[in-house]
Amino acid sequence: MRGTTYKIFKYTLSDLLRSRWILGYALLFAAVSGGILYLGDQPTQAVVSVLNLVILVVPLVSLVLGLMYHYANRDFALLVLTQPVHRASVFRGQYLGLSLALALAYLVGAGVPFLLYAIGNPVDWAQVGLVLLAGTLVSLVFTALALYIGVAHDERVRALGLAIGIWFSLTMIYDSLLLLFIILAEAYPIDPWVIGLSMVNPVDLARVMVLLKLDTAALMGYTGAVFNKFLGSNLGLLLALLALLLWILVPAWRAQRVFSRRDF
Amino acid sequence: MVEVEALTKRYGTLEVLKGVNARFEPGRVTAVVGPNASGKTTLMKSILGLVVPDGGRIRVGGEEALGNPAVRARIGYMPQDPRFPENVTVGEVIRWIQELRGERGKGLDALLDLFALRPALNQPTRVLSGGTRQKLSALLAFLFDPPVLILDEPTAGLDPLASSRFKDLVAAARDGGKTIIMTSHVMSELEELADRVLFLLEGSVIFFGAVEELRARTGEARLERAVARLMEGA
Repeated sequence: MRGTTYKIFKYTLSDLLRSRWILGYALLFAAVSGGILYLGDQPTQAVVSVLNLVILVVPLVSLVLGLMYHYANRDFALLVLTQPVHRASVFRGQYLGLSLALALAYLVGAGVPFLLYAIGNPVDWAQVGLVLLAGTLVSLVFTALALYIGVAHDERVRALGLAIGIWFSLTMIYDSLLLLFIILAEAYPIDPWVIGLSMVNPVDLARVMVLLKLDTAALMGYTGAVFNKFLGSNLGLLLALLALLLWILVPAWRAQRVFSRRDF
Repeated sequence: MVEVEALTKRYGTLEVLKGVNARFEPGRVTAVVGPNASGKTTLMKSILGLVVPDGGRIRVGGEEALGNPAVRARIGYMPQDPRFPENVTVGEVIRWIQELRGERGKGLDALLDLFALRPALNQPTRVLSGGTRQKLSALLAFLFDPPVLILDEPTAGLDPLASSRFKDLVAAARDGGKTIIMTSHVMSELEELADRVLFLLEGSVIFFGAVEELRARTGEARLERAVARLMEGA
């Protein structure tokens, strides 16, 4: 039974790297970020535009493709689980394979245009690296959430609805609520609260993480500015990174627990 | 040998298995029959470790099966609707299962020929017909020569040639001393293969014994009629 996690990881990855969906995702991302780079005036703006894609598209694609993979693969998982293997190892292998496939598609899709652009144009690699890191972490977070939703729901329509609800809440509704909170609580010292609140949202964390290192305070939004003011850019970056890691580990761990105990 | 003792399982308020006792012996094919939702699949999935029972014990080859994945090295399983990762070839799926089991199995070439699977080896599984998927599933169940075989509707979708070859394989496995547990909606097929019948109704064992005993008790010569009689009587 040794090495089950690695074997399942290898199988999942080798299946997914041939998937047309993953390929399409990488190509689409490459087309859009390439377009942004070549049509825009300067690379810092391009970094910010790609960041906006990361914030909107990566969570949605990770959730939807993650769930699609989970349901398409459910019957094969059944066969795998009847082999002499531990369920937890099977889950870990699947999660690692799935999230790495999605992260790789993102890295290729977002990274290759920058590499090409760098021929003959100045590129700030620290900024680009940070966006690539943020997108990778967001992929890992939302793949974990997708599997958590998937293992807990047998009906795929309900799971998909829940996933889209979560995506919409984190990317759209959350900001409005935060803004409302800030306006209503204007008279009080709420800045520490705002830091706490943005930890609650992995999408916001990814944004703050990148914008702290760009000299574009105006784009940071309120949470970014508060992060910057209170924690300075390095401590803020570290804190955002740690919070994102928790956002990966907690849902993945919860999902593994459900997977290990549920009926198939 | 597979022993099931006082097995219980409920899904929410629904009691699916109500203290099932059964002893599946080597060299016998036991047909698990019963109407839909009688607990057949839950029973088989419990033995396989796919369903976690609420109470009772399961032993496979004398060894505790609950919470013991190692026991599954002794079981070959054909699920009702076998599916495989769609971008992967048939050959790769076979290699994966060999790797996961940590053994090469025996008679792969013979099984490939028996089920005429050689031409499909390099095809991705998404292009396979239902029947071919079923053949691949049969190959995987028999490849490792496990002492216990659990076959859930194994001939569904098989063409007559593959189906008759499959039945020969099951008969040979039975004669070779394997413990075989199977379900099928095709009573004539069970009639051909089964020595014993386990009849489940709403999670309880209504009848468990030799096919002849069932015939004698119901006064029906054909298995289908005998089972129908049991269902009426219950």
